[in-house]
Amino acid sequence: MTTTTPALVAYDDAVRRYDPVIGIEVHVELGTRTKMFCPAEQSFGAEPNTQTTPVSLGLPGALPVVNGTAVEYAIRIGLALNCQIAESCRFARKNYFYPDVPKNFQTSQYDEPIAFEGWLDVELEDGTVHRVEIERAHMEEDAGKNTHVGGSAGRIHGAEYSLVDYNRAGVPLVEIVTKPITGAGDRAPEVARAYVQALRDIFRVLDVSEARMERGNVRADVNLSLRATPESPLGTRTETKNVNSFRSVERAVRYEISRQAALLDAGETVIQETRHFHEEDGSTSPGRVKSDAEDYRYFPEPDLVPVAPSREWVEEIRATLPELPQARRRRLHDEWGFADAEMRDVVNAGALDLIEATVAAGATPAAARKWWMGELARRAKQDEVELADLAITPAQIGELQRLVDSGRINDKIARQVLDGVLAGEGDPEAVVVARGLEVVSDDGPLLEAIDAALAAQPDIVEKVRGGNQGPVGAIIGSVMKATRGQADAKRVRELVLERIG
Amino acid sequence: MTDLTRLSAAELAETLTRREASSVEATRAHLDRIAAVDGDVHAFLHVSEDDALATAADVDARRAAGEELHPLAGVPIAVKDVVVTKGLPSTAGSKILEGWIPPYDATLVEKLRAAGLPILGKTNMDEFAMGSSTEHSAFGNTHNPWDLDRIPGGSGGGSAAAVAAFEAPLAIGTDTGGSIRQPGAVTGTVGVKPTYGGVSRYGLIAMASSLDQAGPVTRTVLDSALLHELIGGHDPRDSTSIPEPLPPLVEAARQGALGDLSGLKVGVVTQLQGEGYQPGVLARFHESLELLTKAGAEVVEVSCPSFDYALAAYYLIMPAEASSNLAKFDGMRFGLRVEPTDGPVTAERVMAATRGAGFGDEVKRRVVLGTYALSAGYYDAYYGSAQKVRTLIQRDFAAAFAQADVLVSPTAPTTAFKLGEKLDDPLAMYLNDVATIPANLAGVPGISVPNGLSDDGLPVGFQILAPAKADDRLYRVGAALESALESTWGAPLLSRAPELSPPGSPRFAAGTREDSETLG
Repeated sequence: MTTTTPALVAYDDAVRRYDPVIGIEVHVELGTRTKMFCPAEQSFGAEPNTQTTPVSLGLPGALPVVNGTAVEYAIRIGLALNCQIAESCRFARKNYFYPDVPKNFQTSQYDEPIAFEGWLDVELEDGTVHRVEIERAHMEEDAGKNTHVGGSAGRIHGAEYSLVDYNRAGVPLVEIVTKPITGAGDRAPEVARAYVQALRDIFRVLDVSEARMERGNVRADVNLSLRATPESPLGTRTETKNVNSFRSVERAVRYEISRQAALLDAGETVIQETRHFHEEDGSTSPGRVKSDAEDYRYFPEPDLVPVAPSREWVEEIRATLPELPQARRRRLHDEWGFADAEMRDVVNAGALDLIEATVAAGATPAAARKWWMGELARRAKQDEVELADLAITPAQIGELQRLVDSGRINDKIARQVLDGVLAGEGDPEAVVVARGLEVVSDDGPLLEAIDAALAAQPDIVEKVRGGNQGPVGAIIGSVMKATRGQADAKRVRELVLERIG
Repeated sequence: MTDLTRLSAAELAETLTRREASSVEATRAHLDRIAAVDGDVHAFLHVSEDDALATAADVDARRAAGEELHPLAGVPIAVKDVVVTKGLPSTAGSKILEGWIPPYDATLVEKLRAAGLPILGKTNMDEFAMGSSTEHSAFGNTHNPWDLDRIPGGSGGGSAAAVAAFEAPLAIGTDTGGSIRQPGAVTGTVGVKPTYGGVSRYGLIAMASSLDQAGPVTRTVLDSALLHELIGGHDPRDSTSIPEPLPPLVEAARQGALGDLSGLKVGVVTQLQGEGYQPGVLARFHESLELLTKAGAEVVEVSCPSFDYALAAYYLIMPAEASSNLAKFDGMRFGLRVEPTDGPVTAERVMAATRGAGFGDEVKRRVVLGTYALSAGYYDAYYGSAQKVRTLIQRDFAAAFAQADVLVSPTAPTTAFKLGEKLDDPLAMYLNDVATIPANLAGVPGISVPNGLSDDGLPVGFQILAPAKADDRLYRVGAALESALESTWGAPLLSRAPELSPPGSPRFAAGTREDSETLG
């Protein structure tokens, strides 16, 4: 590098003085049974180079044939992103030499994507909605995977040798490219994160991919540029490659904003380049600088006929699209009658599915929300696990709530029942029986306890009789203690006052 | 006993069916012939004796068991080395694939094996099918059986020479710009380039994907039809394969041989004759036209003005595709691997060293041409313009086929030239394909039928072109012409070819091995 990077500008300062513009390319690996262009199976974690055919190894003579299911998945994604679907589109060859690309060209769509001109409304945590314009979604194949042995930290530099696993070569991908995302201002990092997260949710609902970020099923390249004002022309962008978690997307945008602001402040120019993201400190660094300008010599793939999805088929796919995450949230919001803030908290806590299932198990939405966002959220936080990973099911919460509603246990006892379920003692009913937690509703034993309490505290009885009801709580407390909390406090109060009165 | 190598494939098939000879005998006879003459001809890069005899024995056993067999079962065949064969070397004439044994069969090879055709071996060719003389093979020249000092055509010189020298009754060729038809013309054999998509390309080591097509190389039109029907048809592994069934080709050949072409309109392409064509070639062409007229056809003249640009367009599209298709030969996964002798051994440097050492000059020339034509800033001017010319040529064909049922021309402008004569002049070499290239650019089928000897005593070919998917017309007209010519000559043209191993001469030619040596 010939230039030294000036110190970073504080983020708040940077976004006060510059307008960030983002652009995001998201690659999603499709969960088809076989690869994009051949019948090799694809599944995660197989022995290296066992999921190959002459086609995915690029052997002489082999020819590609498009996987029809991958086309269907790509159309599903396109429709979910409000795109138009091409009546006919071709694949192209992107020529470059690299050992993980078996043919030394990648078969990809270039100027004829299957889906184009769409949009996605992205909701931020505080409910703000930002519309992201989608330029295109196109099909392509993944490359193999290189492992560099003998160097430091698995890097190619200094490696003694490299191994290539072609299991991933030819796995179908859809790449979704946004138009420049403008107008996000200081919320650009949040918008970027929310967009990628929204896409991940859509992939899952569409059932086109497992969409597991940690397995690299979904990978994002984040473009960022700064300009003086929203009216200024677009600035020079950088592309930070392979940012592979939601949090990293947000951090990468923040870092590039601060870094580019520092360059511009110092009167330097931003270099158009690809950059790497570093999880450890959230920074980015320049990628390999290529001596010659990239020229992929794209041309239409002559081994494949154009993909021409009939309009009938596209409409059939449209008609069978599942309810998308945002529409579902709106519907549940209406059905449940939560306040806007309550609903957002539920979504942000990842409790939407849990509450929906709990309601399906018979609880009211309010009760379901109370459990998941209250006591269970506390416990999850305490144990540092996700809500969904707690050892309790929505069906069990439904049952617990039924026990409360029927008066067999009270709220306080319910927490003990929760302890039992979480400790693996079985369903709520079983825990109540095993722990003997049933509410005491027979007045007989209660009256015994009340009489004992009254006899033990005559001074309080006097005060109450004198018209001061304040100290009655002490009597109730004694009774509750004597019955190990299993009494209905309301009933105890009624009986105590009756006895004294 | 009949010399089994002198029979046409159809005759040999009948002989086998009637059990007058076994497939082992037929295969043995051809292997002996190869041993006798291939030292001079060098049509084969690899002879798969054991494999062929095993197939032959299997067919004989199945026939003895009364099993119903394919009509060509037991008839041996030679396969161009550009076609991938499981367990047999497949070099495409290149050093870069020396020693590579493919783990799979091309679709057409699967069909040959399923039908029980013993594969005699793999035939010589210009490296990656780039050439018109087979002189660009990395493994030596093939010699024209009519004159061993002359080229056998190319790129499929090995297949054509093998069939012309009676080393095989049938062979597989591939045709990207004339590589089946031009060798057919200069060796006095029949060669057919089917409609693009008519025969699966799965397992053909690709030169130019949008132009390549495999097809039959034989001594008679009927034999080509028989082989074409066997290897053709839809293949789900080739996206560009035609889904519809082939038209009846054998039936068309048999009907054509009856000699009645009444009602047929034959279009002579103005642009494919005249300047650049040898007088002897033109003379035979016009004689053949007269024979067609006598058979009842009406000859009309059609103009295809865009054909003048076909060669130029071809030499942009073909290298562009080839530059990309040949990128996979990099020493990383299969074939030759050369490590740089100085400096670090990085993947990029191994790729460069391997390609530098493994590719011949003609391949490098075309890779450079194609890379240039696809480069940013040049794409529209070169590849883009060539594609437009391609469209114009397709329109010319459409217009011409509105006026005529088939189009005809000489197959090649000259007879076989001397080995080495055009090796230093690529443009002169490229001009050999001027008449054959338009069919590849348009995807239409074509056949070359031997139609006599030129003044120099060397064979000449007559090209017939038909609309896409109307390959049957090639066979009808081709068989009619063949039968008219043979009744004029009184015998097939190849009977006039010189004897390669005169009777009484040593059975083994120099450079061949003793029969007692066996593999393994």
